[in-house]
Amino acid sequence: MNKFVKGLAMATALTASFATLTKAEEPKMGGTLITVLGSNVRNLNSAVQSGIVTGFPGAQLFASPLRYDENWEPQPYLAETWEVSEDGLTVTLNLVKNAKFHDGMPLTSEDVAFSVEVIKANHPFKSMFAPVESVSTPDAHTAILNLSRPHPALMLAMSGQLMSIIPKHIYGDGEIKDVKTHARNNENVVGSGPFKLTEFKNGEHVILERFDDFFIEGRPYLDKIVMRIITDPAARAIAYENGEIHMGAFESLPRIINRLKKVDSLTVTSDGYGAIGPVDWLAMNTTKGPLADVRVRKAIAYAVDKNFIHKALMQGTASDSTSGIHPDSPFYAAQEGYDVDLEKSAALLDEAGFPVKDGTRMSLTIDFGWPGVKPQVEYVKAALKKVNIDVQVRASADFPTWAKKMGTMDFDMSWDTVFNWGDPVIGVHRTYDSTNIAKGVWSNTQGYSNARADELMAMAAVETDPAKRKALYGEFQQIIADELPVYHTNTVPYHTVYNDKVGNPPLGIWGSSTPIDMTYLKE
Amino acid sequence: MATLQSLLMRIVYAVILLMAVLVLNFSMMHLAPGDVADTISQSMGGADQEILDQIRADYGLDQPFLVQLGSYMGKVLRFDLGYSFFYNTPVTQLILQRLPATLLLVFTAQILALFIGVILGVISARKPNGIASHFVTILALFGYSAPVFWTGILLLIGFSLNIQLFPVAGMRDVTIEGGFWVHFVDIVRHLVLPVITLGSIFLALYSRLARATMMEVLGSDYVRTAKAKGLSEREVVYKHALKNSLSPVITLAGLQFSAVISGAVLVEAVFSWPGLGTLAFQSIIARDTPTILGILFFSALVVIIGNLLTDIALRFVDPRVGGKG
Repeated sequence: MNKFVKGLAMATALTASFATLTKAEEPKMGGTLITVLGSNVRNLNSAVQSGIVTGFPGAQLFASPLRYDENWEPQPYLAETWEVSEDGLTVTLNLVKNAKFHDGMPLTSEDVAFSVEVIKANHPFKSMFAPVESVSTPDAHTAILNLSRPHPALMLAMSGQLMSIIPKHIYGDGEIKDVKTHARNNENVVGSGPFKLTEFKNGEHVILERFDDFFIEGRPYLDKIVMRIITDPAARAIAYENGEIHMGAFESLPRIINRLKKVDSLTVTSDGYGAIGPVDWLAMNTTKGPLADVRVRKAIAYAVDKNFIHKALMQGTASDSTSGIHPDSPFYAAQEGYDVDLEKSAALLDEAGFPVKDGTRMSLTIDFGWPGVKPQVEYVKAALKKVNIDVQVRASADFPTWAKKMGTMDFDMSWDTVFNWGDPVIGVHRTYDSTNIAKGVWSNTQGYSNARADELMAMAAVETDPAKRKALYGEFQQIIADELPVYHTNTVPYHTVYNDKVGNPPLGIWGSSTPIDMTYLKE
Repeated sequence: MATLQSLLMRIVYAVILLMAVLVLNFSMMHLAPGDVADTISQSMGGADQEILDQIRADYGLDQPFLVQLGSYMGKVLRFDLGYSFFYNTPVTQLILQRLPATLLLVFTAQILALFIGVILGVISARKPNGIASHFVTILALFGYSAPVFWTGILLLIGFSLNIQLFPVAGMRDVTIEGGFWVHFVDIVRHLVLPVITLGSIFLALYSRLARATMMEVLGSDYVRTAKAKGLSEREVVYKHALKNSLSPVITLAGLQFSAVISGAVLVEAVFSWPGLGTLAFQSIIARDTPTILGILFFSALVVIIGNLLTDIALRFVDPRVGGKG
């Protein structure tokens, strides 16, 4: 009897808690969400403009074939269903039948074919659609991507902000390569996403409103999104705190993150950055001077204390990063680190033929591309002094000055931040591929070349079995962590900030670069 | 006739000077390593070489320097400021979108600072060793030496966060609905903190200068004569002395018009004021040459107009200016 009562009580409690749970999760319709962009928007057309600033408005204005859940599983979006053929050479997208553009025209497979062509010609990441030879359109709602080789990276490249479907009847009026300067990239933008453009004022705001004919019934929940452009992080922090802004992403200053974490009305989280995959590293030019010797690069890794970087410089806001792939990625394989060991470092330097002469072993330079990472650079200088390496810090007047040095490999060491951009094929290979040496900033600027690493990347690029792919990237990461073309130190501490009023903020793998049709305001 | 001719000559000189400034700046921008394609690539999270080369070709950045310079200057001579590489927008349109916000901020700050500065200067000049005078001196010293970004952030913490009186950023609240007056009040609310921040520098300058000239004037013979005539202290100070001490202050105010860009940049950055200053700053960082040169062009115009206004104001307070002999 007793047992029964207990069971009954538990069942009631369970039902009750379930009820409150569903009640709490029931989204409310309407309202204006005030969000913020940390820099000015260059171009709203995400088919031709990549980057984290365009990503947010871009994903609201334009829909893509797929979206991803928190577990890196593809979900239907513009594509109801999709099939990859046995040989991996064709990918068939079955589009939803009711998708319309903001001007009322239906979205068809023609638009998909057109968008692929535009992206191939204009998007900065060539590797996304390089193997796509053509797109066939057997009927209005079927698009078949014909590939020259299997291309598993395509799945992630069809989601987030990477494959925005743009209307052919609007953007197809000129040359394909001129879409990147099309007059309607910033005004009268037409997409098929959950929100349409009301107003874009350069340097001031982007205002979007609900698209009533959005192809998913009952969504989006919000009536309006205001994206204010506030470039000063301290001003943004005050605006979060006093409630002027409901939500914002890509906050990266440790001091501000830790301050905002103490505010009761705010939630501050690092979730939602796995696919963007931003990582910080110490780049080393492997083609000249002492750094051409892997022992010297290892000696530097042993002398630089990551713990100091994590605790003192990042103030606990960043996580460890040990290979070229972001720790949140399913392909990440944590590597053994280089725990600080000055004796080992000195021994390696001796062995490499750099004994201490007049108090120093060698002189190296270190560069940095933006002021925010100067503390890291100064720390490396101080840390290497302990093993008698003399480091000279070279400041650059601005980003292009630094980019030029990096792109032409005119450097010894540099602090660098690079994003994964979804699949490793898109954002990781570029740093280590020996065919991509010195091709501008964020290419293989270290001049790194390893035949096995090249081979592994080439194999992983066409491997359709996820488990085998993971294994290939596992070995690849081992080589990178062992040979140290770059020394991986930490993830970039990007955080999303939102207040109590916001329900279901975008914290999936693509973070704010996803449609926020399921985000709502609680009051 | 002679005046007209000299005026024409001045305009011709101004145009030549402006062209020289544009050529010089174009050349300097060109000398710096890297270009706008790099910053476009930065905004996109990196780009393949092929795309970068294509961007350079599209904007003519792969052409020899003289060809680029020639094509730009040719456009300027046809009153076309060109096309912003970074924002894909005609430069004139970009600047006209931003100019009103800056003019509103700078003019309001200037006029308020001038008005209050002169009053404070006069008050402290009348009793140079009084408490009020010391207070003004300290205020001026503080206003002049405190960096504007610091003053700005401090004001934000004080009056947007601790006492939530004013909005944090921007020029207007887009969620507000209502008639003209609702929007007017909204803009004024947004304007208060940036104007105080920017005005504090000007205020310091004007109050010090007004104090110094006023003290000098108060010690002059005609003031003593006026006092001897038995005029009231009020009349002597505000009717006789003030008018004569204003000229240097107005001249200084005229010079300060050049601060439309330089002074406003930091204030606009702190308060996300959507003006020319932030655009100038972002364009310099982005190496967006046509936009930077366009802003220089417009700020030169503003300075010329500002000087003209100063001239008129000087004639008004001091009839000797512009007269013969």
